[in-house]
Amino acid sequence: MTTVAAPTVGVLALQGNVAEHLDALQACGADARPVRRPAELDAVDGLVLPGGESTTLSKLLVAFDLLEPLRARLAAGLPAFGSCAGMILLAREAIDARPDQHQLGALDVVVRRNAFGRQVQSFETDLTVTGVRGGPVRGVFIRAPWVESVGRGVDVLARIPSSTGGPASGKVVAVRQGPVMATAFHPEQTGDARLHDLFVARVRESVAAAR
Amino acid sequence: MTSPTQTSTSRTGSDGVKRGLADMLKGGVIMDVVTPEQAKIAEDAGAVAVMALERVPADIRADGGVARMSDPDMITGIVDAVSIPVMAKARIGHFVEAQVLQSLGVDYVDESEVLTPADEAHHIDKWAFTVPFVCGATNLGEALRRIGEGAAMIRSKGEAGTGNVVEATRHMRAIRADVRRLARMDSQELYAAAKELQAPLPIVQEIAGSGRLPVVLFTAGGIATPADAAMMMQLGAEGVFVGSGIFKSGDPARRAEAIVKATTFHDDPDVIAKVSAGLGEAMVGRTTSDMPDSERLATRGW
Repeated sequence: MTTVAAPTVGVLALQGNVAEHLDALQACGADARPVRRPAELDAVDGLVLPGGESTTLSKLLVAFDLLEPLRARLAAGLPAFGSCAGMILLAREAIDARPDQHQLGALDVVVRRNAFGRQVQSFETDLTVTGVRGGPVRGVFIRAPWVESVGRGVDVLARIPSSTGGPASGKVVAVRQGPVMATAFHPEQTGDARLHDLFVARVRESVAAAR
Repeated sequence: MTSPTQTSTSRTGSDGVKRGLADMLKGGVIMDVVTPEQAKIAEDAGAVAVMALERVPADIRADGGVARMSDPDMITGIVDAVSIPVMAKARIGHFVEAQVLQSLGVDYVDESEVLTPADEAHHIDKWAFTVPFVCGATNLGEALRRIGEGAAMIRSKGEAGTGNVVEATRHMRAIRADVRRLARMDSQELYAAAKELQAPLPIVQEIAGSGRLPVVLFTAGGIATPADAAMMMQLGAEGVFVGSGIFKSGDPARRAEAIVKATTFHDDPDVIAKVSAGLGEAMVGRTTSDMPDSERLATRGW
């Protein structure tokens, strides 16, 4: 298998913490660039959907003619990585979202929006993530969703530790299905690029396979 | 309020989650609302958050008297009406208003010069709270004093309720210019710079190293049009607060949506031109150069 020197990885840049994802992707050897227009989406080998407000992102995807092109590319196998709001958008279904919110349907999961509560309940904790070596990942959860149920073909990569207790205990917070992965937390907020590394490796594989 | 996840490795109210929420709001518009109905309009228009308050700044100016934290019923009504984050204002130094807002479950507290200050010497000790705070600033020294007190987000003060962007422009340019100045300094010069800015030395040193504020910087105070929002973004704001500018205009829903779009495409004049067309009347606005000091809100706080 040939390896691709620097795959082009976009970050959906309509709203949210775009800069942190761009920095992390660049650190992993990707040619990272913001995506706001259909032509920019056409040019990428993989796409990160950042944290932000999922209602705002959903609305702007429609307003700037990105929703259908993005759905089409995901259906054709575009590698994608969503964090928090990005996970909500990638999911098949979102509970506690506005009825007019659009779902990209690239992950066969049901997510619950703002599942952990309001901002005063936002938290950070150590997580064991399947496929990530070198110790736990610091998960930063900000008005975060969790995954309520997963379909067949979806791998669970991380759960809230059961030692946590309470209703959040054991909830699924990271998943992967084929070339699409998503986390309820924000790996881009901690300076730990191991999850971005995993994703960029996935994009490289996808580019190599297409050659 | 306690979290279900307060264990040895797990914590709420950390710098990471306080400053992190502001990161998630970047590139977005936060809108002042006074009723649940207005909050819905803001959410429909694509606002990333709403600021719940009793009267918009233009009305606070017109009515005079002491402006305070809003009625908890009104804040709860707005919290229940929308799924986006809800912010609310406490008076400068009024730590009990802030405690009440935290207890009501608001997502961010704005320690705001738009309300009448409750303490003439001390701002709120914001480290003592789980809920994050945003504070206004007219220059870098003021911003860094607020960050030193625990603010997790900074906004320019501008001159709220005027519909006149000139003061926000002044503040944003001042903050950005001073950040650039620090980034060029020799490490030995930072001690004097901290003294001159009346700001904590460790934060001055951090900015000199990184070339940026350690928290997100939004703009506020006088933004009334899509072009105003886009200009502030081009001047280095990471997002926009719009107060009276939306609900004091002729067609709030359309104007709100246009400002959201212009903020995302702040560097694309074609988009700004398109969304600015046919918006109806902007709020009337007033000049600030002839405004008496007693009417200026930006001079509140220190």
